[in-house]
Amino acid sequence: MNGANILYSVVNMMSNIYFNESVILLNVEAASKEEVLEKMGRNLIDENLVKESFIPAIIAREEEYATGLPTAGVAVAIPHTDVEHVQRKTISIGVLKDAVEFGVMGDDKETIPVRIVFMLAMDEAHSQLSLLQQLMSVFQTEETLLSILKEENKTNIRSLLEEKLDFGVLEGEK
Amino acid sequence: MAKKQVLVACGAGIATSTVVNGAIEEMAKENNLDVDLVQIKISEVGGYVDTADLLVTTAMTQKEFPFPVINARTFLTGIGTEQTKKEILQELQK
Repeated sequence: MNGANILYSVVNMMSNIYFNESVILLNVEAASKEEVLEKMGRNLIDENLVKESFIPAIIAREEEYATGLPTAGVAVAIPHTDVEHVQRKTISIGVLKDAVEFGVMGDDKETIPVRIVFMLAMDEAHSQLSLLQQLMSVFQTEETLLSILKEENKTNIRSLLEEKLDFGVLEGEK
Repeated sequence: MAKKQVLVACGAGIATSTVVNGAIEEMAKENNLDVDLVQIKISEVGGYVDTADLLVTTAMTQKEFPFPVINARTFLTGIGTEQTKKEILQELQK
């Protein structure tokens, strides 16, 4: 472990949000949004970050309140569900091999071909404002989304997001 | 001018409404407006029909409410945010 890695680990530990290569999935193959949510959710269950109930809950929530966002360059989706299904807060990233249609947030008819999924597992309602604001600014930067899309190395994606999302900000924020 | 009650709602009341809430808070401060912001799930809006002046939401709603409804998706995508802010400000200054 080099100095930078140790520092990252300490920051992650202190801020209590789980984020590393194990929640970053590349080349996710899925034919439907349900399959995307199932695969990404299964990974979080295997990592002991969410409960078994997370998968049906997030699929049902996506059906009722779609989370696809027509962001510039690359469309993203930000599926999430109620806090009771979460064991430890995390942001999981799934880069899809081929685009999958997601409903557009706030629209009952439109769908959008999504390539990057940011699955949010939050353990408190109404919290993490700074982190979420930073995440939204990632969505608003076409260049960052394009770099994530073409990146083949999970550690590079981790570093990129750790640079953009100040996980340390979480500290002290309730 | 009476303090306006603004409902900020999304599907779960967890993520997107938090961001929208923060943006409106900042906007109100910039314009010296005293606003009562209530962050809720979209399913809870019914409980506020008698008191609310405006609903700002990222979730869709088919229901009719006695107050205006503004879609806040632009706060998340960054495309068209200024227009949405203008609409909200107009309602707050009524």
